[in-house]
Amino acid sequence: MSHRIATGGRLIDRATTCAFTMDGKPVQGHRGDTLASALMASGRMLLGRSFKYHRPRGVVGAGWEEPNALFQIGKGGRYEPNQRATTVELTDGMVTESQNRWPSLEFDVGQINDKLSRFFPAGFYYKTFIAPRAAWKHVFEPIIRRAAGLGKPPTEADPDQYEHYYHFTDVLVVGGGIAGLTAARAAAETGASVMLVEQSWWWGGRALVDAPVIDGMPATDWIDAQVAALSAMPNVTMRLRCQGSAVHDHGHVLLFERCANEHEAGPMRHRLWRLRVGRIITASGAVERPLSFAGNDLPGVMLASAMRDYLDLWAVAPGNRVLVVANNDDGYRTALALHGAGVTVAAVVDPRPDAKGTLPEAVRAAGISVRAGMAMKKALGGKKVNGAEICPAQGDGAGAEKIACDAIAMSGGWSPIVHLWSHCGGKLNWDDANAMFCPDPARPPLGHDGAGFVATAGTASGHLRTAGALTDAAAAGIACAAALGFDGAMQAPTAQDADEAPMLPIWIMPAGAGSSLRAKAFLDFQNDVKVADVQLAAREGYESVEHAKRYTTLGMATDQGKLSNINGLAILAGSLGAKIPQVGTTTFRPPWTPISFGAITGDACGPLFKPLRRTPMDAWHEAHGAKWEPVGDWRRPYAYPRSGESVKDAVAREILAARAGIGMLDASTLGKIVVSGPDAGKFLDLLYTNMMSNLKPGRCRYGLMCTENGFLFDDGVVVRVSDDEFLCHTTTGGAERVHGWMEEWLQTEWWDLKVFTANVTEQSAQIAVIGPKAREVLQSLGGMDLSGDALSFMGFVDGVLGGIPTRVHRISFSGELSFELAIPANRGREMWDAILKAGAPHGVGPYGTEAMHIMRAEKGFIMIGDETDGTVTPQDLDLHWAVSKKKADFIGKRAQERPDLMRRDRRRLVGLLTLIPSDVLPDGAPAVDGMTADGRTRMIGHVTSSYMSPTLGRSIAMALVDRGMEREGETMTFSVGPDQVMEAVVVSAVFFDPEGEKQNV
Amino acid sequence: MSDALKVTRAAPCAMISLKCDLSDPAAVAACAALGLGLPGLRRIAVAGDVAVAWMASDELLFIAPDMAAAMAAIKGAMDGCPHLVVDLSDARARFRVDGPGAREVIAKGAPADLRRTVFAAVQDGEGDFRRTRLGQIAAAFWAPADDAMELICFRSVADHAEAWLRQAARKGSLPGVL
Repeated sequence: MSHRIATGGRLIDRATTCAFTMDGKPVQGHRGDTLASALMASGRMLLGRSFKYHRPRGVVGAGWEEPNALFQIGKGGRYEPNQRATTVELTDGMVTESQNRWPSLEFDVGQINDKLSRFFPAGFYYKTFIAPRAAWKHVFEPIIRRAAGLGKPPTEADPDQYEHYYHFTDVLVVGGGIAGLTAARAAAETGASVMLVEQSWWWGGRALVDAPVIDGMPATDWIDAQVAALSAMPNVTMRLRCQGSAVHDHGHVLLFERCANEHEAGPMRHRLWRLRVGRIITASGAVERPLSFAGNDLPGVMLASAMRDYLDLWAVAPGNRVLVVANNDDGYRTALALHGAGVTVAAVVDPRPDAKGTLPEAVRAAGISVRAGMAMKKALGGKKVNGAEICPAQGDGAGAEKIACDAIAMSGGWSPIVHLWSHCGGKLNWDDANAMFCPDPARPPLGHDGAGFVATAGTASGHLRTAGALTDAAAAGIACAAALGFDGAMQAPTAQDADEAPMLPIWIMPAGAGSSLRAKAFLDFQNDVKVADVQLAAREGYESVEHAKRYTTLGMATDQGKLSNINGLAILAGSLGAKIPQVGTTTFRPPWTPISFGAITGDACGPLFKPLRRTPMDAWHEAHGAKWEPVGDWRRPYAYPRSGESVKDAVAREILAARAGIGMLDASTLGKIVVSGPDAGKFLDLLYTNMMSNLKPGRCRYGLMCTENGFLFDDGVVVRVSDDEFLCHTTTGGAERVHGWMEEWLQTEWWDLKVFTANVTEQSAQIAVIGPKAREVLQSLGGMDLSGDALSFMGFVDGVLGGIPTRVHRISFSGELSFELAIPANRGREMWDAILKAGAPHGVGPYGTEAMHIMRAEKGFIMIGDETDGTVTPQDLDLHWAVSKKKADFIGKRAQERPDLMRRDRRRLVGLLTLIPSDVLPDGAPAVDGMTADGRTRMIGHVTSSYMSPTLGRSIAMALVDRGMEREGETMTFSVGPDQVMEAVVVSAVFFDPEGEKQNV
Repeated sequence: MSDALKVTRAAPCAMISLKCDLSDPAAVAACAALGLGLPGLRRIAVAGDVAVAWMASDELLFIAPDMAAAMAAIKGAMDGCPHLVVDLSDARARFRVDGPGAREVIAKGAPADLRRTVFAAVQDGEGDFRRTRLGQIAAAFWAPADDAMELICFRSVADHAEAWLRQAARKGSLPGVL
């Protein structure tokens, strides 16, 4: 049984107690424990169930590679599924739950899948659920989804804070082991700015446990000295709990930082660092490979290195009697560590014909039996290991002998962690001697200048021995700094560790394992992919590694195959009779481990989710119950319903009040762009379809802008301020786009024009005051003569109105007598209040965007985005009058002369009156006309705007239909639902006051 | 370190945008008329409560306490040189973050290198200036002192900017690397 050893455990603080629960049962650990070490210390080995067969699973690793021990942590808003117990820092009061089991971890109904596993081969879902097609969506998928999956998603909002942080540094070193420390030191000594990050909460990496001698001192002392030296350097930034997550082009790197202990409330939970760096050094170390033998997934079977970690870092013994299986000398370190900690080592099983290196000899000297030339036949046990059968390595399992043990340490060799090297395309070489892929320094990821911008250091480069790793790391640090222009030299640290004899690549134990053994020899522990599955995929033709991966789901679990990839590749290669490098690897994609959604979101949630653009009168609207509508990034009042009033009724009231007396609109969001300079008129003639250069100062003109394809994209009123200066109004959503459009043409095509533009949208508040009483009310503010003689329709005048500098435009989007007032934004609210006060005797009230839309539709005015969709020309909208025939050129002119845009049967604008006046056509309803030759409904147009008009007491609509107003008087049919139609007569789109008498008074 | 951080929204002041050919002597004259030098690429020139920032290769932004005087001075200097001068005082909001860590508050939202050795605080009348973004909004900023940042943004998103800055400046939330 696993247990805590009385002494040792360099990371735990035995003076503290962390009381926590697992599946509701109380457990105790110490500060410094991981959830995994605390659970193992309490004797728990069964920590989860596998994804497909629900097999009992325990801890395999001690770090980020862990595939099995996934937990749901926390409660309520702080609940988080799928957390690796091996990397979760234990806290007092922590609530944890195992996953993927029902009703309990000990007794799991889904385990029946394991008994039926021979009916669930690789590709089972693809093969089984093909027919009937409809059943997939309604039967198979929902059931599979319920049965599958790991932790449950959270249901409450996360109360914690997350942020991004931008940072710049010359050299980033990822990994705080001895190689990372050395590389960082070497780079920092040159004067380069260096950031060193480590995903764990301690420095030193594996050297803490494996304890080589460095520069003549014990590794722990050397590590302390390095950390102290680096901390003292002003050009070095060091972060623990900060993971190198992703490497992108141009030295853009994402780091995922867990701020202090992420499972305790604090000012910040996770921080996503967005770095720009000159050079990246990945000192990410290596990960040990499991061995493939039957029952290698039983709780109690662990990586040999992880077992050493638990002993040394947390004083946890995985059992009382441990069997070690290794195809290399490094695994013997675990036997020595166990022995040193007082745990009985049953034997070391080594498939190599002889094991005579320094470490095996040391193991023998300790009185431990070394079984060379032998292999695991199978691990025995149910919910945990209770023994093993070993057999000759080259056989098929015959001649097995049973060994009693309660835990098994396995070591299949090491694989450098090459993820960050590979994210941007760093290439790999196959190292035959150590059976591993290593970064090829000659083919690094290339930056903008064609030079490699990622380097590796230490074990991550493939140097498995300490001296070589440190020499490599020092060289990487110096080279990366030198590439950035920082010169310096640092003597690489010297190191001694035990000599190691060559390892022997072993991909299946025993070599001649039959199908029953292979079917229980697991490669991917989380996704339950076995040796037999990969072999089946190869037989069925999934020869590409990417295909085999997807067919078997090898490496597709939350651990992304950190333990299973190389073993799976080797099995696939063996099945195909190919060499491993020919089969190649699957793609290494960021992030290195899953990062939280919170970190990705950063501060963009809650009140800061999206910036809202507010007008100067926004607070008034809010105080007066505005129902909001988003327009572009602005929020605008849609209507102002009074208490007990529906929004629909409010809109009708606002319109009738404005048409009968006076109404006012916050039009501040309209885009405003100043175009100035001697060539301003010439420029606007090119930009707008109609003539602007002949507009007189003091006058306004409605204008249209088309794209170079001839399609209408923005409209608005152009004001000529002076000979050299125009003010162009744009749609609310179009200001930035139109300004960019102007600048693009000025900068790329018409750079010879003497024109300057400026977006002054936010400089002024704008208020439309409309209705028969509008003039009377505004005049009463005093200071300006707004009579028809002083200010005629489509004119403007500057003055001081009610003590506020104001420009008053006589323009109308409603068909009423209308004044648009432009006021400095800081005084907009003051003017708004003044008009409300002055107009009170006349019942003045605000109207919202919906009333504005209806009033413009009553007049047949088009709306960009309603009547236009990027395929509509001004001519389609019967706006020929606004397209100059005299001008030599304007943007879109030549396109509009293309035959397709001149076709008479194009869809053009019409007005519609439904036969039943109370019927309101749905927006977008298609006009239909019989059937096509292939039996489909023929569509001949669609509704673009449709409203119930309170002014006319009936519905009105506009539509784009084939041949447009040539159909005047025709009754057309519109499809408004399954087997439902509405009929409407084609009429002029100007429904109200066609003579324009109301606006021109 | 963030205990002393203070976020303030500045009172309105005059902001004038000048667009012209910055290599024209008139541009230098316009700056000189306010007692300032012409700022170089991504720089700001400051003299007391008057400043001029480089906004683009053909654009400057003047900040001054008095609109009428500044406008007259600029227009006078630009006479005869093609230009556009517009009052944008009401179009923008201005904030200041004071205290150690002020740079880190901005670095949470702006992809700019704000290390002290790279982004110079105003010294001897000149400092660095950057037009970029802050989180999701457009913003421009400079460092009036080593431990202070001034920032301008559009008025329509001023409330968002203020809420953003206050959240970013909250106690204990800074990484402490600048």
